[in-house]
This record gives sequence, structure tokens and C-alpha cells, in this order.
Amino acid sequence: MTRSVIVHKPGPGVTMQDTGRPGFLAYGLSRGGAADRLALAEGAALLRQDEALPAIEMAGYGGTFAFTTPTRIALTGAPMRCTLDGEPLAWNASHAVAPGQLLEIGGVQAGVYGYLSIGGGIAVPPRLGGSGAHLAAGLGAVLTDGANLPLAPDSKSETGLCLTPTSRLDGGTLRILPSLQTDVFPPETRERFTYTEFTRDARGNRMGVRLVPPEEGFGLTEGQTILSEVIVTGDIQIPGDGAPYILLSECQTTGGYPRIGTVIPADLPKVAQTPPGAKLRFEFVTREAALQAETHYRKHLTGLRSQVRPRLRDPYDMPDLGAYTLISGAITGEE
Amino acid sequence: MTGFPALAAVGLSGLLVRFGDTLSEPANRAALALRAAVEAEGWDGVEECATSLVSTFLRFDPLRLPLETLEAQVHTLLQSRDWYAEPLPQGRSLIRIPTVYGGAHGPQLEEAAAAAGVDTQTAVAELSSARTRVTTIGFAPGQPYLGTLPEHWNIPRQTSLTPNVPRGALVVAIRQLVLFSNPMPTGWRQIGLTAVQLFQPDAPEPFVLKPGDEVEFPAVSAERLAELQASQMGGATRETLP
Repeated sequence: MTRSVIVHKPGPGVTMQDTGRPGFLAYGLSRGGAADRLALAEGAALLRQDEALPAIEMAGYGGTFAFTTPTRIALTGAPMRCTLDGEPLAWNASHAVAPGQLLEIGGVQAGVYGYLSIGGGIAVPPRLGGSGAHLAAGLGAVLTDGANLPLAPDSKSETGLCLTPTSRLDGGTLRILPSLQTDVFPPETRERFTYTEFTRDARGNRMGVRLVPPEEGFGLTEGQTILSEVIVTGDIQIPGDGAPYILLSECQTTGGYPRIGTVIPADLPKVAQTPPGAKLRFEFVTREAALQAETHYRKHLTGLRSQVRPRLRDPYDMPDLGAYTLISGAITGEE
Repeated sequence: MTGFPALAAVGLSGLLVRFGDTLSEPANRAALALRAAVEAEGWDGVEECATSLVSTFLRFDPLRLPLETLEAQVHTLLQSRDWYAEPLPQGRSLIRIPTVYGGAHGPQLEEAAAAAGVDTQTAVAELSSARTRVTTIGFAPGQPYLGTLPEHWNIPRQTSLTPNVPRGALVVAIRQLVLFSNPMPTGWRQIGLTAVQLFQPDAPEPFVLKPGDEVEFPAVSAERLAELQASQMGGATRETLP
């Protein structure tokens, strides 16, 4: 039987994602790929497979998934209400799913983007070197009801593993470096920027997220036009309304809005996963500190596999406790 | 140009070389030439090189290639010649893209012509015969910025955005044209419509235009454009420039 996953009634932001398509900046195509790259890597570590294999990204809400053959799955990123044939499934863990079982993934409980990684990966032919949807570029699309995605063969069988994810689902402090126009902002504006507590706006998607300042915005005085220049993921644009907009994986490649700073790559998963209403702050760091953070982040990514451990079942997680023979061979005392 | 070329770090893994702070033909040419030279160098640790209007961007791995080392390499390369006098890159094409001007296909043609101080007929004659050059591709996949129109086309952008222009829309402002590769809002004025799809992800050459290419927008009738819609190229023709 052909290995595949069938998607039923997915939420509005369910897409296939991988590590993106680097190398097309000169042609106006940003890299794209999973909004939370760390979650993609965590899913791959749980399944002990390549991080570049495409998985399913779910913004806010999942859907119902069925598999045609025995399949391994891993659930990472923003935790979502999740059951297999009605029984709760642990997040940040790998599981075995049999054909005919229904995997139901509901609303997000914290964060924004949940990930369903599949043993062997989704086997969709790459376009321009990637299999993920780049919605802004019109490359691929959101998954719709009835989508049937072929799966690649899975050479492994181990499930029941778990890991403890890096905390990133409720905002906090983002480390930033100066950007191309940081010096255009007056020193007092820059200072105010770093001690302001921003609220993540409801407006946010794979292109970027908007933050709302509590009081006055950070817009420059009018008349300061910026010649259109390259944009990188993590750049913090200050458009006319003065509310910062942090650019994510599907951002445009050039822009003329001044940028006050750039979030370091290690903190981008936190930007993507900060839900509407959560608080964010910015802290300028030195280049040296940013390099240290990058070294640490990459070590963490490559070390994820060694952090994966067998999931010891906690009795509190076992709704079917009564079905287990907990003690056998005991005597009644009346023999 | 005093102060240029100038280097600036872009986040953790980018370096920008700016050849000016306003759009000029020599600075645009310098940026394109530097990109070609950087790609020819094939420096270890440099992962990608792209240009904007008057700047060249290098994306690199900062853990493999320290910024200071890359800056020194770029500095040496910059010293090696007068980049503003460099020729345009090799392998350029002239692309002619059939265009319907005015009416429903270019609802702001009259407004744009008035801003440029010419009548509509003159505007169409000028725009349809102008030989423009792709100064940069950006914002959206395959989307070109084209320069430079005569001085009287130095018209400002609108104060408000047009909520949505269709794919293939030709818009004008500040002596430049932009040809839209996807539907999107814009502050530029739509003067015409083409049938070309600039981003063809499944074609052997997914991007129709590249920086340095020259483009003309000859006028055709609405009926002709409707016929041309059948092909992804929308009737566009390509000839290799010497």
C-alpha cells in the first residue's frame, strides 16, 4: 500500500514546511521554511532523521490526520490539544500510529506554531530546492480538506521518545544587533526602544509579526526616506505608524522602511512562537555576544539527538490506567 | 562619490557594500559588477550574493568566516578597480513585454501623465518606446525595478495605497517602473497591464528577468493581450544583448 497521510478539515494555516530555499535573494525570493526552525529540528531528533525532511506546520489549529500504513510521528513546537482515537497524546514526543487510527490535533494551548513530523518525511518533489509552501511567493499553498500527501519510506521504528524543549512560547527578551538604519534613530528613541515592553499584536503571520508599544510609537520624523535595501529575517522595521514589525521567514527581500535593529537568529523561534497578547522586550547585544549565542544555538541544534530520551509514562498521563495489570501474582490473604 | 563604497554589517551574517545613497546608473552598475566579482572569487564561507538598487549584499557564515576577515577581503577587491566604470554584467537580454496602456488596464495613466506634465498620448508614446534596465529584482519573486525614465517622470508616489493591483500590472513613480509579479497593494500608479508571469516556479528558468536586463513595453490592444494571456510569457520576446 502506498504510504501517505490524509488531512481532514485542517485549520486555515496548515502547510508543509522544511528548512526553506536559500540562494534566491537576488531574484526576490526569501528563504521561507518553518517559522520555528528549532521545532522542526526537535521533531527530526525525536524521529532520529534528517532535519531537512518536510513536516506539517500548524498555525493555531491542526486538523485530523490518518495514515495508510504504520507510521511514526513526532509532535513539537506550540503544544496543541491532541488525541489518537480519543486518547490524549503527549507533545514533544514521538508516537506510533496504526492505519485506521485518527490523529486529531486541535487548538494551540501555548505559542503559535505546532509541528507534526512524520517518519521518513513527506515525499513531495521539491520545487526550487524546497518542498515547503511559500505563501507570500505563491509557491505551494495551505493544505485543504482531503489533501493526500505521499510519505517516503521510513527505515526506523523507534517511538516513545521525548525531549524537553527550549522555553520560547510566552515572549520575553529578544537579543538584537544594530541594523542598517539603527543610527538614523535618535539615541533617546533607541534607548526608549530597549526599555519599552511591547505587546505582540493579533496581526502576525509567516511574513512577520507586529508589536504594539504601550504609548508613543518609534516612527522617524517625516521626510527621512530610505533607499530600498536588502532585508534579512529578524529585521525590525518601523513603518509610518511607529509600531515595530519583525520580519520572519517569508518576508520580502528588500524594503524602504527604516530598521531599528535585527533579532539574532537564535531568538527567531521565540519571535515566531510569541502569541498575540504576550509581552516582548529588546536588548542590544554586542557582536561578540551574538556570535556566542549563535555558537551555542548551533551546538544545541546538533546536540538535540543526544537529549532525546525514552518517555517514562507518568501514571497521571495514563487515562487508561485501569486497563493495565498493575500487580499480578499477589495473593488474596485468604488462601 | 565621497564616502562610497561603504561597508555595513547586516545582522549577524550579512555584509552590505553601498555604492551611493541615491539611485544612479553608475552606482547600480557598480553593485552588479561587484556581485559578479564576488561570485567569481568563490570565497569560502560566503553563501549568497545579491544586489539592491545601489548596493551589494553578501550573506556569510559568521562562525566560519569572521566579519573582519570578510571585510578585509571585500576591501581589497574594492581597491582593485574603479567599480563605477565597470561594464554591465555578461549574458544580458533585451525583453519586450506587450502592454496595454490606460483604460481598465491602466486606470491611473491619465493621472500619471498629468503629474509628468504630458498628455496621455505622449505618455504612452514615451513609455512604450523607453528602453529601461532592470536595476534590481526584489520585494517579491522575480519582480523588477526598472530605470530610468526621463526627468519629467520623477513623479511622487501616491499618498495612499491602491489596495490591490493585479499580477502583470505596470506601475510608475520616481522615474522608475515596477512590473508586479503577484497581486499586491502599492503606492505607485498603475499605467498598464501585461500578461507575463515573471515567476514560473516549474519552468527551467523560473525567473524571466535578471538584474542588468533591458526591457521595453510596446503597446498592444486589449484584444491582443487577452490572446497573450494563454502563455506564461504573455507574448514577451527575448533577444541576447552583445
